[in-house]
Amino acid sequence: MKAAGRLAVTHRDLPPAADGPPDDPVLIVDHLTMRFGGLVAVNDLSFKVGRGDITALIGPNGAGKTTVFNCITGFYKPTEGMIRLCPEGGGAYLLERLPGHDVNRLARVARTFQNIRLFPRMTVLENLMVAQHKPLMQASGFSLAGILGLPGYRRAEAEAVEKARAWLQRIDLIGRADDPAGDLPYGDQRRLEIARAMCTDPVLLCLDEPAAGLNPRESADLNTLLRMIRDEHATSVLLIEHDMSVVMQISDRIVVLDYGLKIADGTPEQIRTDTRVIAAYLGVDDEEVEAVEAEVGLAGAQA
Amino acid sequence: MEFFAQQFINGLTLGSIYGLIAIGYTMVFGIIGMVNFAHGDVFMLSAFIALIVFLALTTWIGLTSVPLVFVIVLVCAMALTSLWGWAVERAAYRPLRGSFRLAPLISAIGVSIFLSNFVQVVQGARNKPVPPLVRDVFVLYSHENYVVTLSYKQALIMITTAVLLAGFWYLVQKTPFGRAQRACEQDRRMAALLGINVDRTISLTFVLGAALAAVAGTLYLLYYGVVSFSDGFVPGVKAFTAAVLGGIGSLPGAVIGGLIIGLIETFWSAYFSIEYKDVAAFLILIIVLIFKPSGILGRPEVEKV
Amino acid sequence: MAQGSTLPAAAASGTRREASALPEIVKDAALFALVTFGLSIPIVAIRTDLGQGTGLYLTTRWGLVAALCGAVFVLRLIQRLVMLRVGQSRLAAQEKQAASGLAAPVGRLAASLGPLTLGLALGLPFIAVIGGGGLSEGRYWIDLGILILTYVMLGWGLNIVVGLAGLLDLGYVAFYAVGAYTYALCSTVFGLSFWVCLPVAGLFAAAFGVLLGFPVLRLRGDYLAIVTLAFGEIIRLVLINWVDFSGGAAGISSIPRASFFGIPFTAGEGGFASTFGLDFNPMHRVVFLYYLILALALITNLVTLRMRRLPLGRAWEALREDEIACTSLGIDTTMTKLTAFALGAMFAGFAGSFFAVRQGFVSPESFNFLESAIILAIVVLGGMGSQIGVAIAAIVMVGAPELLRNLGFLRAVFGEGFDPNEYRLLLFGLAMVAMMVWRPRGLISDREPSIRLGKAAR
Repeated sequence: MKAAGRLAVTHRDLPPAADGPPDDPVLIVDHLTMRFGGLVAVNDLSFKVGRGDITALIGPNGAGKTTVFNCITGFYKPTEGMIRLCPEGGGAYLLERLPGHDVNRLARVARTFQNIRLFPRMTVLENLMVAQHKPLMQASGFSLAGILGLPGYRRAEAEAVEKARAWLQRIDLIGRADDPAGDLPYGDQRRLEIARAMCTDPVLLCLDEPAAGLNPRESADLNTLLRMIRDEHATSVLLIEHDMSVVMQISDRIVVLDYGLKIADGTPEQIRTDTRVIAAYLGVDDEEVEAVEAEVGLAGAQA
Repeated sequence: MEFFAQQFINGLTLGSIYGLIAIGYTMVFGIIGMVNFAHGDVFMLSAFIALIVFLALTTWIGLTSVPLVFVIVLVCAMALTSLWGWAVERAAYRPLRGSFRLAPLISAIGVSIFLSNFVQVVQGARNKPVPPLVRDVFVLYSHENYVVTLSYKQALIMITTAVLLAGFWYLVQKTPFGRAQRACEQDRRMAALLGINVDRTISLTFVLGAALAAVAGTLYLLYYGVVSFSDGFVPGVKAFTAAVLGGIGSLPGAVIGGLIIGLIETFWSAYFSIEYKDVAAFLILIIVLIFKPSGILGRPEVEKV
Repeated sequence: MAQGSTLPAAAASGTRREASALPEIVKDAALFALVTFGLSIPIVAIRTDLGQGTGLYLTTRWGLVAALCGAVFVLRLIQRLVMLRVGQSRLAAQEKQAASGLAAPVGRLAASLGPLTLGLALGLPFIAVIGGGGLSEGRYWIDLGILILTYVMLGWGLNIVVGLAGLLDLGYVAFYAVGAYTYALCSTVFGLSFWVCLPVAGLFAAAFGVLLGFPVLRLRGDYLAIVTLAFGEIIRLVLINWVDFSGGAAGISSIPRASFFGIPFTAGEGGFASTFGLDFNPMHRVVFLYYLILALALITNLVTLRMRRLPLGRAWEALREDEIACTSLGIDTTMTKLTAFALGAMFAGFAGSFFAVRQGFVSPESFNFLESAIILAIVVLGGMGSQIGVAIAAIVMVGAPELLRNLGFLRAVFGEGFDPNEYRLLLFGLAMVAMMVWRPRGLISDREPSIRLGKAAR
């Protein structure tokens, strides 16, 4: 109750970003602090993710990005602060209060992991079927109807397979549907993990370094996939990424973290020219700044 | 009060033995994160080795000097059990590094079954009694009908435990091996990069654990005067309980846990019911694991996502 | 012994150095023999036996030690030489095969093994009767069949928990005990019939599973194993000590026998034989029990196979693969584990109630930790998750020692007192270790997908 009261206050107190925060946010992170013993991994962080946007969370190594993700997706309980998810029809879920699995099951926040976490011995198709656990569980009458082989469940299963098939076509893995997921090449595993997350019909999709370890072609494919997700599904995207070419090309907004603190929040153009970002993100060495400014400028020209 | 004091002494004696076994669990868990399920059976095996060496010394060679017999038995049991500890690690655990997560535990259960039945096959299924080595007692306190005694046996057990623990503490804290061991505990890959022979350090950890189990085995034989092939299981589980209670991975924790378990068991038997004394130990294990898996001195584990 | 660690070394040496490697191999084998010698002193070399009085006397057995060392030397030598012969390429192929399970032809063999085994199981009483020359003569085989099928059923039940959900349960026998005592008490105290008690026993065991599972299923894998072990021991100790309730260590005897769905297997009027116009024979009941446990085991199998294809079963397997990923996909891991735990416990309860009705007598000693370990060994050796593997492991592990016992020539070789059953657990233990070292996914490790895109349209 106390926390709910604070929410009303903090809304007004939220520091305005350069061009004002997104008007219709799907996720509001509010004064989030996460301490591990003496270490403050995230310090009083507030930002919003706009509905239908791709928002990037960037920052140097150890800035606390993955910790923020783990707080949003229920793996850590934040020391302080609130994380509010606003579905389309109104209402809100306070993510920090939900048990881990309910963050996906009720609030419909899905995520991928920095070090891919597929079910390696299960097939590609099975991975996508597990992701549709909730509707299938209901259709199978919590296994009772399923074990008797009632038609209702068989219909639901066929639908689930169709959905999986559609995603497999989209990520170009239809030919490998019956192979163990662990046998796929790295880039395919990354795409499969995103498809698996999407099979849970998320409102918000959190991607932890989706482009890490991808070659330039795979990276370009990823950009297409993420744009498609944003444009064709009612899913907003929040991603952590180091690859600036990905971040600058596809992000609608960028939030920059350093040492657990937010140092900037805005459109890619604003971030590109923000001196604080350049100083913090790239170090204060002038030559380095120039070099990376050039790179960022180049990326901007491409976009 | 006198009854209480007497039970306290008995409990400490028993606890010393548990503590010695618990160190083996806690060290192995610390360094490779595995529950060495077979450790209780290594303890039982060591008691058998001590038994045979003792009989050989007294009946064949005819040694009569009690301290000499005790020291020789102890040293032989430690040496031979260490070899077993080394062999078990080499054969059953080392090939499994990097296997799936339950593999080492299943292998350890296999070793445990193997060891107890191996001893049964080679030594027979019956209880093996030994004549008592020392019978004398110190009378600490005597008042009317109440007598509080400390038997030589108990004193010997406590002194041996204390001396060996001190030596062991020195080994882990002050020697290069100890440093290597603590380094491996924290980050095995980094330790390897810095030139520490990780395999050898792990082997030595098992050897040390087995040696301490052998001390416990010898003292157990001395205290109870009888051993059988199935005696590894229950003391093994109790010592594991001690390790968990003290905080698994923590050496002082293992000793403290051992003493607490020894005391609880003794008092439980003395004041409540002797039939349920094992139930008490098992219940403590379950309760500690559910409510405080990090134990008294352990560090809580942070889940890595 | 430590083959795993020497394997890469052998691969690196290749065939080129075959000749030069020989002295090294002999040295290595000698080292193994030396370690064996060290391990054998004094535990093998000197045997202690109780004498006439109270003391123990010692006998030396250096011959046995020498034989052991010799055997280890020869085995190691053969092993290294075979590994040397297997060329580098073959070795690589073999390793790959070991990683991905049996090769396709062997996999197909395993697939056809299922119907074959089922056919054999269904026909066993007939084969035994014809082969033995009469109902009573075939009894030994049918009894052995019942014993094996009980373990098959327990193995399949535990396979749900260990093989599918990846939860190491070392106290499985506790649920077996709950089932057995439920029937024993319900029938002796309340006079309920077996057919009423059977589902009750299953539900009761499942309830115990939930009761234990709820607090402990959050624990990490090895802690869970230890807690279940402790739970199993607590159940056994309570059964021993709570004499008023369970009869204590003496157990409960004269438990009513099973009836043929209400028709008793008795000699007189209204009995099974007279109802069906047969001559009375006590074997009718034994054959009936055989088919009863076969049916129970097959139900366990059927339910498991069905569950694998359902979302819950898939969630179990996903849980075994990656718990954190499951949470991120909205799967309540504790509840999902609990269902696997409860279902496994339920089948153990059924099996326990069968055990009680067959024996007519239950005592706590039938439910000790070793029993759990044997069932676990069957599951592990069968290849966690493989149904046919578990069945074969049960047949080999339970059946083989029984059969060996009756082979006369073994006694001629090893002496009159030789009993293979004594070595059974020793071999179980060794086999578990060997399995983890060489084939951690079990003998039959081919995993059949629960759904295929091609077949899904059906």
